[in-house]
Amino acid sequence: MSDIAATVASAAPEAADDDGIVKKKKVGVFFWIFTGWVALVVLASILAPLLGLQDPNNANFDAINQGPTTAHLLGTDDLGRDILSRVIYGARVSLIVGFGAMSIGMIFGGTLGMVAAYRRGAVDSFVSAVSYVMLAFPALVAVIAIVAFWGHDIWKITIIVGIASIPLVYRVVRAATLSYATREFVTAAKSQGATDIRILTRELLPNVLPAIISFFLIGVASVIILEGALAFLGLSVQPPTASWGNMISESRTYLSQNPWLALFPSLAMFLFLIALNLIGDSLRQVLDVQDSKL
Amino acid sequence: MSGELVVDEGFPTEEETQGLLLKVTDLKTSFATPRGRVRAVDGVSLELGRGETLGIVGESGSGKTVLSRSIMGLLPRRTTTQSGSIVFDGTEIVGAEDKTLRTLWGAKIAMVFQDPMTSLNPVVRIERQITESLRLHTSMDKAEAKATAISLLGQVGIPSPTERVRNYPHQLSGGMRQRVTIAIALACSPRLLLADEPTTGLDVTVQAQILDLLSSLQQERHMAVILVTHDLGVVATRTDKIAVMYAGRIVETTTTRRLFADMAMPYTKALLNSTPRISDPSHTRLTAIDGRPPDLINPPPGCAFAPRCESATDQCRTEAPPLRPAPSDPTHLFACWNPLPGGTAGRVTTLEESP
Repeated sequence: MSDIAATVASAAPEAADDDGIVKKKKVGVFFWIFTGWVALVVLASILAPLLGLQDPNNANFDAINQGPTTAHLLGTDDLGRDILSRVIYGARVSLIVGFGAMSIGMIFGGTLGMVAAYRRGAVDSFVSAVSYVMLAFPALVAVIAIVAFWGHDIWKITIIVGIASIPLVYRVVRAATLSYATREFVTAAKSQGATDIRILTRELLPNVLPAIISFFLIGVASVIILEGALAFLGLSVQPPTASWGNMISESRTYLSQNPWLALFPSLAMFLFLIALNLIGDSLRQVLDVQDSKL
Repeated sequence: MSGELVVDEGFPTEEETQGLLLKVTDLKTSFATPRGRVRAVDGVSLELGRGETLGIVGESGSGKTVLSRSIMGLLPRRTTTQSGSIVFDGTEIVGAEDKTLRTLWGAKIAMVFQDPMTSLNPVVRIERQITESLRLHTSMDKAEAKATAISLLGQVGIPSPTERVRNYPHQLSGGMRQRVTIAIALACSPRLLLADEPTTGLDVTVQAQILDLLSSLQQERHMAVILVTHDLGVVATRTDKIAVMYAGRIVETTTTRRLFADMAMPYTKALLNSTPRISDPSHTRLTAIDGRPPDLINPPPGCAFAPRCESATDQCRTEAPPLRPAPSDPTHLFACWNPLPGGTAGRVTTLEESP
């Protein structure tokens, strides 16, 4: 990430003030607020066991369906389990599935997309045809069918959703690479003796990276929604393990007695997704500077 | 850091400067297109000695760019058909694998592209664009390569090179960018530099600077240069030999001195006359060559220039003239049935003024 941070710093859009002095335009305070929020969620879920939280699966029938109290900051659910603890542990599932699945999609779909766009010809035609076939399947239905047969293990869900995201990533990365693969600087690099791998990694990748990063973040958000949908249908990780989707699904029954139960996991998911989308968008604008220049 | 190059391993020794560097024999390059086969280069032969400068001149679509890319072996494999032979420093280029070519590319033969706006990678620092091929072809480590990059930038006339290496291309002007592309091409001290319209995208004042820079670097390094251009004025003072191309063929070739003193092809004359000159009064109409270059998919029978030629006869329209030596000088070749009368010097006297 240090490379990207350096690029953000040096390539930030520039705006001249009245003295004609160019100042680096900042990414905006919202960018940092949302980045802070995402960092907080990620850190909290990784460090959950060290935070001194109550056991997320520990039932306490003396305190069921409570609103926020000092003992339970976000209240308790129908079994008296601590919601704060469950929201934080539940984030682990969403994050593993979200980032894991998109990483699988990026590694395979991204590599295929770049190679296909660079090589063109038979490779491109074949992989593109396969991607169209995969995209023609309604992803949610396909994922539901496979999960139902194969199992609800978090890793299996990650792999299945990851595979389902490959054709999407492939199309985006291929399109982004295509517009650079025919530029003269690729020929120029070749004329200096660069190998194909070098051209792909050192000439093309830096150019498509901004698009890839923002699509990755938006993709993570989509996958988290998909996991929520699976959980709502009872096809994600199984109770009592908490996930944001599971918690929302379970809260349905008690919606009239205890609306807090639905509110907190929904709020966590909503804020996390909106943050990912906005970060992705800001990054794309900042990193894409050379196209908007002059 | 002085302006001198840190590495000198690439400079040729005395005996290496003798003899032929490049020999192109009956090269034909054609492309498959939806309309049919385009014969972009149609039977070109030429020779280039070490340290020599050859100018390839022709209007748009005459095949000069395809010729230079053929010599580099840079054309897309799938749609290109080639025959004939290109021998560079003992290596056959036609039909060679990328693996073979990669040992030449950058190290022994390099190219300066037409448009520095597109031939530099917009998101990679100047430093890495220069050091890339140094790291690839020489045993330099990172620090040595960086020092060489800075020294190269100094040699191509970029002020404060130590700071400039950290820049991205968009932070440089057009002329500076072209200097950077020259620095990249020269990084590994190639034996042959192909410059494909290196000044077309630049300001007139910068054009002359870039061309002078190329000439001085060439003499310093005893490097052969092929200068591809549409402008006879550009090659007039900076080349040893000139080949004039039309419709994929060389139509006239000889030493630069002789070409301007005694040009035989009406096309060469027409090209020269269409160059604007500072000595002309203002609002002088440029002499254009009427008509268009021929369709390279279905070339006309006879001389390709005949439809546009003032002195064309029936023979020109039916029978293609062979490339043959002039009676007075066997090194002066031209393909014309009705060459210009001897001593036609055009307006050579004013050529020195053009960039």
